[in-house]
Amino acid sequence: MAEYILLRHRDIPGLDQLETYRQNGGFEAWRKVVSKMDPADVTNEVKASGLRGRGGAGFPTGLKWSFIDEQNWPHYVVANADESEPGTFKDREILEFNPYQFLEGVAICAYAIMANDAYIYLRGEFWQIANKLDQCIAAMESAGFLGDKVFGTKTSLHLHTHLGAGAYICGEETALLESIEGNLGQPRLRPPFPPAFGIYGKPTIVNNVETLTNVPLIISRGAGWYKSTGTEKSPGPKIFSLSGCVNRPGNYELPLGTTFRELIFDHGRGIPEERKIKAIMPAGASSSMIIANDVALATPMDYESVPKLGAQLGSASVIVIDDSVSIPWLLNKTVHFFTHESCGKCTPCREGTYWMMHLTDRISQGKATMNDVLLLQDVANQIKGKCLCALGEFSIEAVLTGIERFPADFEAVTVKSNS
Amino acid sequence: MNALLQKHADEIQVILAKYPADKAGKRSGVMPLLYLAQREYGYITKQALREVAEICEITETEVTSIIGFYSLYYDQPSGKYRVQVCTDLPCALRGAEEFLEKLCENLGIKVGETTPDGLIKVEAVMCLAGCDKAPVFQLQSSEGLEYHENQTVDSALELINKLGQG
Repeated sequence: MAEYILLRHRDIPGLDQLETYRQNGGFEAWRKVVSKMDPADVTNEVKASGLRGRGGAGFPTGLKWSFIDEQNWPHYVVANADESEPGTFKDREILEFNPYQFLEGVAICAYAIMANDAYIYLRGEFWQIANKLDQCIAAMESAGFLGDKVFGTKTSLHLHTHLGAGAYICGEETALLESIEGNLGQPRLRPPFPPAFGIYGKPTIVNNVETLTNVPLIISRGAGWYKSTGTEKSPGPKIFSLSGCVNRPGNYELPLGTTFRELIFDHGRGIPEERKIKAIMPAGASSSMIIANDVALATPMDYESVPKLGAQLGSASVIVIDDSVSIPWLLNKTVHFFTHESCGKCTPCREGTYWMMHLTDRISQGKATMNDVLLLQDVANQIKGKCLCALGEFSIEAVLTGIERFPADFEAVTVKSNS
Repeated sequence: MNALLQKHADEIQVILAKYPADKAGKRSGVMPLLYLAQREYGYITKQALREVAEICEITETEVTSIIGFYSLYYDQPSGKYRVQVCTDLPCALRGAEEFLEKLCENLGIKVGETTPDGLIKVEAVMCLAGCDKAPVFQLQSSEGLEYHENQTVDSALELINKLGQG
């Protein structure tokens, strides 16, 4: 890509300093919305840009903003910086090196939905980043960009950081809201959705860090400019977190619609030690397992194309698996993660992940028969579609597709049944 | 008498000011206050638990459940430093499990144990969002939490030696 849109710090050194950010067009969009635009026009511009939520669901951002309940006040914005999916490390780079563009996005969203307070929920492990954001917020307040009477107008906005404390489930938006309220991070039954009933029961917009970081440039350069990258239904740039069996892992900002092959072999420089690529997990540990054949590698990474491979793009955390990796071992890893992170509120997830853990332990240790593999499949299917939130569903994606698409790996580790 | 409140009155006020000035807002203070208490006492002591409950106007049982739910709160003392190595899938594909095993071997402890001098506890933890820079661990102490990425057993041992001297 010619120019970075989200990872602009890679083009502009020192962008995490307020003055440098300002000299490079920073806060112009924020100034523009506060002094010249109606809140509804801001939402409409974001709607027109086609921006879709980058946290995983791909829901149209402007449309979400337009759902805010105008009958119930005050409104809140909550930025989801609870990045915890194995394979995902994109928001962290934005927060560490381009924090002001993110904060400007939070501010613009707050203006659009007429909120005077916004919370930034960071995972507890991001303690150092939270300290840094606190300093950035203080610097913006001193400059008159935040606080009471922003830019001398009637608009007031206060941003607050809130640290989680080590719970993957708090990335789920309603669990996150519970956590800010000082409760256990357990998901709520939905509907009502946060734009109607969010934090403290008030209308709330929850957006991912990367999503909000897109917003300042959409406002300053316009929706038409934004739509010039990416695909028709998935416009704009996306940060792909590339990890696993690849020579050059890292974050790559590329247009949505870039192929798996380009990401893994051009940017990521292929597989170490000339081994062969075996599988791709495009959405972190929550992914379905894609067989990495020519069709898959030629597939564009956008919200419409990846489902044709029986998977989801999700947060675009591409984990590359080579032919030295045993799928039963891999499933044991992902299932252990979800078992540990299940919040315990709903039974299918709490009990199902526990049983899947014991089954994958046994299978990956070579102590199981093919009947145990069938039982694992059966347990996974019983979790499917029965959970309160997405965590339970995420826990079975790799299990079901791994068994279905890589049967030889299971035959290799199971023992013959005596029965 | 609430020792936490007395000693950190200003900081507690700053924390509570982030949230609405009502009962619900006070409750929101529980997570940041538990971090404050942990910094003050090294872990969440029974006394700290009572103090946080009192400030947030919730029951001790509710605070206890919060401590139990979230993995970064500790109600037991442990090593002065916690070395927490991520061994989730992407890190494991980059040698995190071997790293953890060799590190523990060098320290003469098993995963989850503390060195005999009470200085270092080594644990395996879930994803830290550092997958491209594995092996990665976070170093936790009462002073805070910092990331160490692209580690080797040698670089980790060097850091641990420094902690022992400092």
